[in-house]
Amino acid sequence: MDHEVILRMQDINKAFPGVQALDHINFELRKGEVHCLLGENGAGKSTLIKIMSGAHQKDSGTVLLYGKEVDIKNAHISRDLGISTIYQEMSLIPGMSVAENIFLGEEIVKSPFYIVDKEKMEKQAEEIFREMNIDINPKRLVKEMSTAQQQMVEIARSLVKKRQIIIMDEPTSSISDKDTHELFRIIHKLKSQGVAIIYISHRLQELSEIVDRITVMRDGQDIGTVNMKDVTIDQLITMMVGRTLEKMDKPVRDHIGEVLLEVKNISWGNVVQNASFILRKGEILGFAGLVGAGRSELMRLLFGAEKMDAGRILLQGAQVEIHSPIQAIGHGIGYLSEDRKRDGLVLSMGIDQNITMANLPRVCNGFFLSRKKEQLEAKNSVQALNVATNSIHKLVKFLSGGNQQKVIIGKWLLTDCQILIFDEPTRGIDVGARAEIYKLMNGLAQLGKSIIMVSSDLPEIIRVSNRVIVMNQGRISGEFENDGTITQEGIMPLMLGGVGNVS
Amino acid sequence: MFHKIADRFGIGIAIVALFIFLSVSSPHFLDIANLLNILLQVSISTIIAVGMTFVILTSGIDLSVGPLTAFSSVIIGLTLHLDIGIGIPILSGILVGALLGFMNGILIAKLKIPAFIATLGMMSVARGAALFITNGQTIHMFPSEFRFISAGNLMSIPIPVIYAFVVVMIAIFILNYTKFGRHIYAIGGNKEAARLSGINVKSVETWAYIICGITCGIGAVILTGRLNAAQPIAGIGYELDAIAAVIIGGTSLNGGEGSIGGTLMGAILIGMLRNGLNLLNVSPFLQQIVIGAVIVSAVFFDQYRRSKKDSSAAKGLNRPSQAVGATKPYQ
Ligand SMILES: Nc1ncnc2c1ncn2[C@@H]1O[C@H](COP(=O)(O)OP(=O)(O)OP(=O)(O)O)[C@@H](O)[C@H]1O
Ligand SMILES: [Mg+2]
Repeated sequence: MDHEVILRMQDINKAFPGVQALDHINFELRKGEVHCLLGENGAGKSTLIKIMSGAHQKDSGTVLLYGKEVDIKNAHISRDLGISTIYQEMSLIPGMSVAENIFLGEEIVKSPFYIVDKEKMEKQAEEIFREMNIDINPKRLVKEMSTAQQQMVEIARSLVKKRQIIIMDEPTSSISDKDTHELFRIIHKLKSQGVAIIYISHRLQELSEIVDRITVMRDGQDIGTVNMKDVTIDQLITMMVGRTLEKMDKPVRDHIGEVLLEVKNISWGNVVQNASFILRKGEILGFAGLVGAGRSELMRLLFGAEKMDAGRILLQGAQVEIHSPIQAIGHGIGYLSEDRKRDGLVLSMGIDQNITMANLPRVCNGFFLSRKKEQLEAKNSVQALNVATNSIHKLVKFLSGGNQQKVIIGKWLLTDCQILIFDEPTRGIDVGARAEIYKLMNGLAQLGKSIIMVSSDLPEIIRVSNRVIVMNQGRISGEFENDGTITQEGIMPLMLGGVGNVS
Repeated sequence: MFHKIADRFGIGIAIVALFIFLSVSSPHFLDIANLLNILLQVSISTIIAVGMTFVILTSGIDLSVGPLTAFSSVIIGLTLHLDIGIGIPILSGILVGALLGFMNGILIAKLKIPAFIATLGMMSVARGAALFITNGQTIHMFPSEFRFISAGNLMSIPIPVIYAFVVVMIAIFILNYTKFGRHIYAIGGNKEAARLSGINVKSVETWAYIICGITCGIGAVILTGRLNAAQPIAGIGYELDAIAAVIIGGTSLNGGEGSIGGTLMGAILIGMLRNGLNLLNVSPFLQQIVIGAVIVSAVFFDQYRRSKKDSSAAKGLNRPSQAVGATKPYQ
């Protein structure tokens, strides 16, 4: 690989009111390399790449492209300079088809009247998907697709035209292992064509597969750039958080009590078929499976967000009717949804108002809201979860991705739910905070709360759960007590459709 | 600095500027009688705009406020002539407003008909109903107690102004200090997130339209008293005034953001403009053009301000920063 520098950013500063998001950052990108930006939630990674993509303007500093200073005033200029960006937060238009989204702003037109050539766009999109080895119909509307599929569309979008630089902000946070694999294959191919890739991820394990160099950021400053092959993951973590992390405790099991929840034969179309399981008091129950296996849907049914076709739910032996989230919460069930922007947060509200949203009575004096109580609760949550913010009133739309996730967790912790369903709770969350969330879940379990955790991150499932249920294509395909002997290799076949020891 | 002030008080500045301009250019503008007159003129539109604010905050719209007001007014007129005192007629006017609002709410929240269409339909239905039960005739001659209670003066302050004040205060209180108010904002901000947080979205949405209907009923009481007549064709253009006041007042048409205080200022701005144009003898035809242009440009400036703010600053940060414990983990 030659070491020609394509992009050089020198002394970049960027402030938002109350935060210095970027503080004298230096960054260099070489031809044909995969360069990872690493840092905790709120470290400034997304802000840096947004300056490259024209979404934000730098306050000061210089950006050199092939040695020439450029002024990236808007997204258009960035694109014309050969930079393409996959944002952390989805930027697709829900009501449009996949093909229309992929070619948005670069539509293929037919002369003489500049009519949009739909067929050609759909055909080209199909080709891209074929190359990506992924089965997505370009005619489908984006809003009908799962988060994972949408993410793949985002990725496809950056492949439409040949670029010199592709920026990927947490592309793997919501896609399956198989898709991640395909993505890495594509990245390798792009690399061999001389494309430089900036890659942001909180999944440290995957870095060694593709990354050449890493720039670590902390609190808006760059801590240094290192070669991937020269460092260990532990060293990287230390650079990121500025200290070594304590090791996680293994899940404790001596406080697990009697059966609290019984789910019997829940079905919903062919998405969830005849699913039955139990949950004990004080237990952490992990749900493993591929994206699209029906885990989230099963949870949404249990929470009353969707109406089940058939099935029963028993709480402490007595049958309960759950037809709406209100009823679910009334029965002490809370659900932390998988897509924070779509159905987790009210972006136009502050942190405090989002945190109290699911349990307003707690901050009310009778009929009336008490701002004082609300601020107190919000302040406690923000402190307990280490949300990086300078004010509890900050609108959540201005928080970094990981910190938004923490706010949702805070919201559900404030409810007095006995059963908490966490759907991908650590998506986009940095290692340090991840450890905190695990600790918190353990703590809750020890207090006698029961937790269901849906996660596509197998190591996480094995680390945290007392028991693991595996789903495949809408059915429960296996179940394991986590007595220290289960392995990824043991679970994987069941996720892919094998038959297991259903106990 | 100026920017910051303009940011928070943009519309306030517009009001002050217009106030100064009018006091200089018209000798009668500053008369106490005229100022009270402005307040009286805007009291109905303010009250209805308050109801409209609830609806727009949930990201809805109510186009039927004019006919709703007319229908309530007609009901009040008819019941007043039954000689059963004035309490029941007033109450039934307000209740009828609430009922039609409830119907809007059911159509929109329960039957999922787009608010624009549902209330457009209601606009025609309510107007038709008002014309039908009166046979198109105006109802006159109401008892003087009624006229006093609805449109009289209390120590030379017009009573409608007092009503408007009370309605505004109650609405501010509901939106800022009650669970219901918080739910309104949450639904407008993100309906799905609100639903999954256990908020009863359908009921809250329906209530927003009921409240809007109630404000139309109150408006109808005042209108009927002031005109000493109940006209089935009353209330034409009310939706324009109400929506304009809400939007000029800074409430987002997408819902979730806005305030009653803004709506009040929006209503006052429009009222002052109307009054000023009258004093300056501008032709009524021309007035319509001016008002339309002002509404559109106010919204334009608001959008411009918002887009600037979104790209460079966080709104909540103008407030005093809260001392939050561990703001930066692991340093
Ligand atoms: N538009 C904005 N207005 C105000 N503050 C902002 C804005 N965008 C980002 N910030 C703040 O700047 C800091 C850096 O945010 P950024 O999104 O770059 O973090 P990040 O490193 O990408 O984190 P994550 O891993 O959670 O995605 C955070 O403190 C965030 O709250
Ligand atoms: Mg980010």
